[in-house]
Amino acid sequence: MPIIMDHVSHVYGADTAMAVAALKDVSLVIPDGQFIGLIGHTGSGKSTLVQHLNGLMKATSGNIYFNGEDIDSEGFDKKRLRSKVGLVFQYPEHQLFETDVFSDVCFGPKNLGLSQKEVQLRAYEALKLVGLEDDYFYQSPFDLSGGQKRRVAIAGVLAMKPEVLILDEPTAGLDPKGRDEILDQVAKLKKETGITVILVSHSMDDVAKYVDRIIVMNKGSVMYDDEPREVFHHYMDLEKVGLAAPQVTYIMKDLQEHGIAVNDDVTTIDEAKEEIKKYLTKLAQGKQQNT
Amino acid sequence: MLRDITLGQYYQTDSVIHRLDPRVKLATTIIYIISLFIFDGIAGYVVAATFLAIIIKLSHVPFKFMVKGMKAIVFLLMITVIFNMFLTPGEPLITVWKLTITREGIKTAVAMAVRLIFLVIGSSVMTLTTTPNHLTDGMEKMMSPLKKIKLPVHEIAMMMSIALRFIPILLEETDKIMKAQIARGADFESGNLIKKAKSMVPLLVPLFISAFRRANDLAMAMEARCYRGGEHRTKMKPLHYERRDYIAYLVVVCYLIIGVIAGKVVGMV
Repeated sequence: MPIIMDHVSHVYGADTAMAVAALKDVSLVIPDGQFIGLIGHTGSGKSTLVQHLNGLMKATSGNIYFNGEDIDSEGFDKKRLRSKVGLVFQYPEHQLFETDVFSDVCFGPKNLGLSQKEVQLRAYEALKLVGLEDDYFYQSPFDLSGGQKRRVAIAGVLAMKPEVLILDEPTAGLDPKGRDEILDQVAKLKKETGITVILVSHSMDDVAKYVDRIIVMNKGSVMYDDEPREVFHHYMDLEKVGLAAPQVTYIMKDLQEHGIAVNDDVTTIDEAKEEIKKYLTKLAQGKQQNT
Repeated sequence: MLRDITLGQYYQTDSVIHRLDPRVKLATTIIYIISLFIFDGIAGYVVAATFLAIIIKLSHVPFKFMVKGMKAIVFLLMITVIFNMFLTPGEPLITVWKLTITREGIKTAVAMAVRLIFLVIGSSVMTLTTTPNHLTDGMEKMMSPLKKIKLPVHEIAMMMSIALRFIPILLEETDKIMKAQIARGADFESGNLIKKAKSMVPLLVPLFISAFRRANDLAMAMEARCYRGGEHRTKMKPLHYERRDYIAYLVVVCYLIIGVIAGKVVGMV
């Protein structure tokens, strides 16, 4: 179900001297089934933005429509909205509280008022989706590793079967292996279920590989909203706001500067590999023809 | 919603009151509270109100910040007023069913209400103009004679400053966990008392765990920097009295004398 943000602004501490505008006139359309990367420097308003999408925060001005309904209108069921728009916070493992993993994942669906059977089924499915082995199901969540805890916490939101899944910095504080595992898992999930996924991050390298659209936030406004390769063309401007294009983009630029004719329109390591291979084959062919 | 608590919240600005030695402010607050209970009659309250008004004016803290602190005691205030009004024996004014409002009752009720309001505003002036660190420094110094009777003064002060320091952090944490659980469909508002208490579990368990984790981290960080308690510990900014502090003490003494005399004189007339 599509979400539309129509000229949304949010001001923290609006009636005090310390008022800070966290969102400035943000308008976005989030259609079904997209994989979106939401990128921005610390304090650019990413987290504030995503908390508006499930009604945890109320816009100071502007409207948000979920499936055509204004979420701030009277009589709108916010609880239902929150089950449809699942939000996984930063360091979600800090919200775990149950004595075992399985009951913790049950918390979300139980709050939806489902039957016990349905609750357990959903919890099981969610834990399978995040790739947690059965052996861990009845352990205390506090005995798990950092990456496992995080997967349990993500499962806790997935068990509500959201149609839009928002992950706020899901890789913060994880080692490279844990990071890749989580991101691969999310990508797989996206492919299997076809839900809309919004990945919030400050690292282009994290998202470039997966998403089909990137929204760059800067100081509370949308700076770019386009396909990854289009956004990375502005790598100079991205640097000015404390961000960077993926490392491969820089490598390709460097290669070009050294007179090596490769296409710099790549966003992932695999694409770069293909591009360089192509160049090398061409080079080899050229040499053969010369001799 | 949780950010409305003013007690222990510092208002950053520059004023004479802000610059005073914390010991002066502590002593003044204590003297002020005592004075509220020894001053008699309207004259005494007028003096107390004037004194408070002058200090608030000098402190440059907007008055609405002090009123915010009042919200917390509204309930207590109501109970005090109601009990005093109905349960003080004396000349009856109005009788409703078995309850009688007496002239004396109204008098004490109003007096108690005024005292409580002044007390809360007076102490919030202190916390609003003094950083928690300064405050505990002042307390430590004031209580240091008690070291002779083996009271762990430094440890108490350290614990207090840590506790104060952690209030905003834990409030923020509570806010975050609450939001995370609401996002998972938790409901903290509706239902009866038992249901509400039960709904607090998903909030309190993570909060306690995080508090312990933070405490552990902090202890580790302190030890890593060779913290070993009060013995031979020096301060970066040792407290010492300056001219304005002596003047402030003088003003407080004058205030006390004026208040007591005013009460007596008006009482006689």
